[in-house]
Formats: sequence, structure tokens, C-alpha cells
Amino acid sequence: MQADIDFSHYLKSAGTGLMHLDLAVEGINCAGCMAKIERNLSAIPDVTSARVNLTDSRLALEWKAGALEPALFVSRLAELGYKAYPFERDDAETLEARRAQGLLRRLGVAAFAAMNVMMLSVPVWSGNVSDMLPEQRDFFHWLSALIVLPAAAYSAQPFFSSALSALRARGVNMDVPISIGIILALATSVIETVNHAEHAYFDAAIMLIAFLLAGRYLDQNMRRRTRAFAGNLAALKAETATKFISPTEIRTVPAAAIRPGDVVLLRPGERCAVDGNVIEGRSEIDQSLITGETLPAMATPGSAVFAGTLIRSGTLRVRASAGSGGTLLDEISQLLDRALQARSRYLRLAERASRLYAPVVHATALLTMLGWLAYGASFHDSIVTAIAVLIITCPCALGLAIPAVQTVASGALFGSGVLLNVGDAIERTAEIDRVIFDKTGTLTLPELDVANLAEIPDDVVQLAGRLALSSRHPVAAAVARKAGVASPLPDIQEEPGQGVYGLYEGRPIWLGRPSFCGADDLANEILCHDPEASVVAFRYGESRYAFAVRQRLRPDAAEVVAALTHMGIAVEIVSGDREPAVRLAAEVLGVHEWRAEVSPVDKIDRIEELARQGCKVLMVGDGLNDAPALAAAHASMSPVTATDMSQAVADAVFLGERLAPVLAAVKVSRKALRLMRQNLWLAVVYNVLAVPIAVAGLVTPLIAAAAMSGSSVIVMLNALRARTREMG
Amino acid sequence: MEVLIILVPLALALGFAGLLGFLWSLKSGQYDDLDGAAWRAIADDEPVNGQGQSK
Repeated sequence: MQADIDFSHYLKSAGTGLMHLDLAVEGINCAGCMAKIERNLSAIPDVTSARVNLTDSRLALEWKAGALEPALFVSRLAELGYKAYPFERDDAETLEARRAQGLLRRLGVAAFAAMNVMMLSVPVWSGNVSDMLPEQRDFFHWLSALIVLPAAAYSAQPFFSSALSALRARGVNMDVPISIGIILALATSVIETVNHAEHAYFDAAIMLIAFLLAGRYLDQNMRRRTRAFAGNLAALKAETATKFISPTEIRTVPAAAIRPGDVVLLRPGERCAVDGNVIEGRSEIDQSLITGETLPAMATPGSAVFAGTLIRSGTLRVRASAGSGGTLLDEISQLLDRALQARSRYLRLAERASRLYAPVVHATALLTMLGWLAYGASFHDSIVTAIAVLIITCPCALGLAIPAVQTVASGALFGSGVLLNVGDAIERTAEIDRVIFDKTGTLTLPELDVANLAEIPDDVVQLAGRLALSSRHPVAAAVARKAGVASPLPDIQEEPGQGVYGLYEGRPIWLGRPSFCGADDLANEILCHDPEASVVAFRYGESRYAFAVRQRLRPDAAEVVAALTHMGIAVEIVSGDREPAVRLAAEVLGVHEWRAEVSPVDKIDRIEELARQGCKVLMVGDGLNDAPALAAAHASMSPVTATDMSQAVADAVFLGERLAPVLAAVKVSRKALRLMRQNLWLAVVYNVLAVPIAVAGLVTPLIAAAAMSGSSVIVMLNALRARTREMG
Repeated sequence: MEVLIILVPLALALGFAGLLGFLWSLKSGQYDDLDGAAWRAIADDEPVNGQGQSK
């Protein structure tokens, strides 16, 4: 299948006569895989380089242009037992990677400067109590200034620019006191050095920068990793489209290569990979992934179809459009814009802390100066003491308290199958007291399932499954999947829109619509007590059976709902699907509050109403119709099978068939928020201990350096406690 | 204390050399795949261009 794909969209030229291709590879998880893949692919003649990135599960290949067909690599990897898909790094990922590298470079500069300055500081600290000449001390101070000033000017830029933009917006963030502290520490040190004074704080300033950069780098690196992983997932979905390259000729291309105006062919059983309008053909389509509605709709020329639509019966030609045309899509985009504007008003814990912190610290410093002046100290000494207060309270620990926990917690969430899209998702998820689930595709699995498998003899299921392999209808495909068979029956005919039929061991055999198989009575019986099911009938000679095919709840949905309720979190279902389907799901899960046939506007209204009542809502949904609600909610999550737009606006995306990651996200976030608060308190305690020393004018550079690194290490160690994984 | 005339420039030069080394390793992408790098160190040597695979 993969070998048919046109790779040209992903090929890049890598210098003279070389081609470059990046592949996301499924299943690389050990050093053995890495060596095996690299050795095998490098052995192909004309391949100049094959390098695996184990962290990101990717493979970079380079070969002599024109010498090899890229599909060869994919088939070679398949022989080795790995599925590989070409991928394209998206802008967000490139940006995160560049930021991570920039932070690491600054961290390197700051750390090397700190090490070298420490080498000069230790003799000064010990020399002050022994026999160092003042000239030697001054010389060492000047040397320190020579190293630290350029290093700080370069490596502290992220703090300065963030503080500046906060001040320009007439706000305060944590970087404002950090920048003030760094600048004052450096300025005082220079002035003191010029005046041949005993104390300079170059070492403390550069160490502070290095510690803070370390925290930021870890945070950024975790984010970069998550992005890379999400990029792989998108590639592994391997969305392809069948594009008309001329009015009569088709070719399978990656969905990313489809441009507006292209005409694509959709066949039964396929999922549409583009948004567009039908120009030819008629088919039943399953829009459950988009609207939540499980009953199939009819698509005719002129109807809009969206990416994620499942084609059930006929063949369609669709012209891809650039988002316009579909009224649903327009409406959703408008709602989304409004909801996203409201969201940016959330004030992060760090910002709230710095709003309290900065005035208190700056007032303390001012009072210290006035106090010493009133006490009769010289102007110079008073200023120096006040600055010492600012240096020692400089929020090294505060600046690390939250990023450190965030890094460790997002690592733990990653392990539980939750990928975070935004930085403050943890804080917001921790605060929720109500969860709203969408039904279709969120509480249920996106794939269809046979509900009454236990009532039908195994050999019949096997036979029906083998017959079903000849049909592309998704309902028949569900029967084949559940039967777990791989050998289709020979000589099977298809009656379009009805089903498949043939001969097996001399007796006729049918699978399809109940009327096609003469099993209307069986079908009605099933529909009587399960109106949501799609019935596919099977007839072999005179014996007849009916399969009830329906969407199945996620295996652990009931447990997760029970666990959430047990934690005191209210659970509610708000779905776009019809009432009987929602009622049934709510009853099975034991959810008392549910709403059915809810439009995207009403979903937002429900969330806003709850917000007015003071509820903090976690919205979990997957459809296009959920996207505005996901953006409007206090926090939001999407399964990885969700439409692209929903995944993009959700705070987090969860993987796999189970719903457990939602529970894990709430638990890990709550624990992380507790640790963030604890860390902030630790920082406050440190300040309470350190400030009196500074106010008393007893802070030497040695005490400043020790206090700063000590508090940073304590906060980092406390953050590591967030690492314990929830639910594996 | 004349020894400082040699030692101080030496210390600065060594520190600067270390920094340059770090920047070079960063630029050549050695921090892109930390998990893989840990394993590469203990992996078997790759056979040289197909030789050594004959038996």
C-alpha cells in the first residue's frame, strides 16, 4: 500500500546531487533497533547516510539523487518489521526546536562563565580572611567582570526581553524582578570594584542566570519532545488522498500535498482527508467524527464534506476547498475566534505570585535603605545594603518553582499517554471541578464494533467475516475485523448499496442489508431494543443471522467516570447525537446529567453558563462541533483520533483506546499544582530566612552564592516528586 | 605571585576553549538525540563498508 504513495512532496535536496528524506518510524524503542536499521539501510548502494534519532523515533536518509526510489526504503523497513511514514516538520515544531537550542547555547555560555568566575571567587572569599592583598582582590574582581559582563549580556537576554514586553504591556511577570535583580547585582559589583571595595556579586549573578536557564531549557526540551511525538503521530496516521492528476487518471498522494481546487476520489470505506464539496456521485456518509451524529447522512453533488468523514456506500468526487463553503466550518471558526480571545485572560500562578512578590521585595529594599539612613549609616552603605536585599531576594527559587514542576509533570503525563499542547494546561486542569464529555468518539471508540457477537456461533462469525472481507462498506468491515479473519471467500459478487453474495461449498451465501438477506424480522428485533445499531444480516443457505454493529464505549469509560465522581468531580455528557443514543450511554456509565442534540453554539452556552456559576469545566471532545467548546472551557482534552481543528485548540491530546489518560491528567495536574504551591512557599520561607540577614547588612558574596544555589536545588528536588506516574 | 601572569591567562584560555568545544558540539547536533547517543557509545562497531560482513 505504502509503496504506491507519491513521495515527491517530502523529498528535499541536500546539497550537490544528494536527496534527503525524513521518515517517522513506528516501533523504534531500543538501541538494537537503531543499529539494525542503520546497518541495513546504509548497506543499500548509493545511500550516503542513514541516521536514526532514538529520542524522536525518526530516521534521516540521504542518497545520491536519481539513483534510488524512496519507496524502496519504506519496503526495506517493512521487511525489518518497522512501519515508516514520510513526514514534514511543522512550523510549531521547528520553532520549539530552535528555541530549545537557543536556550541550551545560552545555558552553555552562562555555565562556563559561572565555572570560571567561581575559580576566581574562591580565592577572594578565602583571601578576605587570610592574607590577600587588596590589589590582588581588585585584580580578581576585574577579571570576573571581564568574564561575567559579556556572558550575562548574552545569556540573560530571554529574561530581559520577556521583562521588557511585560512592562510595555503595563504588566509584571516573574522576569521583571529577575531582570532588576541581575542588573542591580552587576551594576553594584562594577561600582564596588571601581571603588576598591571588598565585595562583588559577579558570581552570584551569573550563577542565578545559569540556574534559571537550566529550568527553562528543561521545560522547553520537554515541549519540543512532545511536539516531535505529535508530529510523528500525524505522520503515522498516513493520511493519503486519491487525487485526479488528469480527468481520467488517479494517483495516491499524501493528504498534505492536496491544494485547494484539486479533485479527489473517495471510495466506500475510506475516510476523507480534505475539506471540500462533492462535485459528482452519491453516497451515505458517516459524519460522527465531525458532528457527533451517529446516523449516516446522504451526500449529493453540492454537499460539503469535511476531513474525517467516513464514506459508506458510494463513490464521490470532491473538490478540495480552502475552508470556505461549508457553513458548519464558517460557524465553527467564528465561535472559535471568540472563545480563544476569552481564554487569553487566564492569569498563571507564576504571574499572580510575581504580582504579590515584586512590590513586597522592592518596598523592603527601600525601607532597608531609609532605615539605615535614619540609623545614621552613610548614603553609600545604605544603598549597598538595600541592593544586597534585592540581590538575595532575587527570585531564583521563585523563577524555578513553577517551570521545574511543569517539566517533571509533563514528563509524567507523557508517560501516561497525555501530550500537552500549552504550558499552563497543568495549572488549569488541576483546578477543574466538572468534566463535560462529548459522546461520539470521546466516550465511545471511533471504530464500529459488533455488539451481539456472543449470541452468534463462532463458525458463523468466521464465515460471515470472510465474506465481509469482499465488501468495503464500513459496517461490513467491522464484522470482518471482529471475526479476525484474513482469507476472503472466492468468487464473491457485490450488489451496490445492498451487499455481497456468492456460493460457498455449493450453497448460496449473502451478507448485507436485512432485506437483501431476507432477515427483516431479525433486524427489527435488534432495532427494537437497540435503535442506534446498524444491522448487517448474514444468510447461509436457509440459516439467517443479524449482526448489530454500533459504536462501543471505551473499555474503561465506566471506571473513569466512577473514579472522577469519587474524586468529587461532577461528570456530564453534552453530545450532538440524538437523545436515545445519549440516554443509553449515560445510563450505562451512570452519568445523571446529560444533554443531547446540542449544537456547537449551545455547547459553548452550556460551558459559559457553568462558568458564571463558578464551575471550572474540563471539556473532553473530539468532533469539529466540539472545537469552540474546547476553546471556551477552563481546560480541554481531545483523543488523538479527533479532527485536526479540535486537537489544535485542546490543551492536551490523549492517546490510545482507553479513557484513563483523562483521569491521569487530572490527578497528575492536581499533584503538580500542589507541588508548585509548595515550591512557592519554600521560596517564601527561604526569603524570610535570608532577608533579615540582608537587611542587617551581613550579606557577603559567599552567603549570597550559597543561599541562591541552596534554594534552587531544594526547589528542583521537590519538583522531582511530581515524577511518580499515575495509572502507568 | 608572578605565576599569576601565566596561570590567569591559561585559566581563561582553557575556559574559553571549553566553551568553544561546547558550542561546536551543539552546532553539530550532538544534543539532538540524547537517548540514542547514550546507546551508540556501547554499540558494536559498524563493519567498514560491507567488509567484515562476508562471514
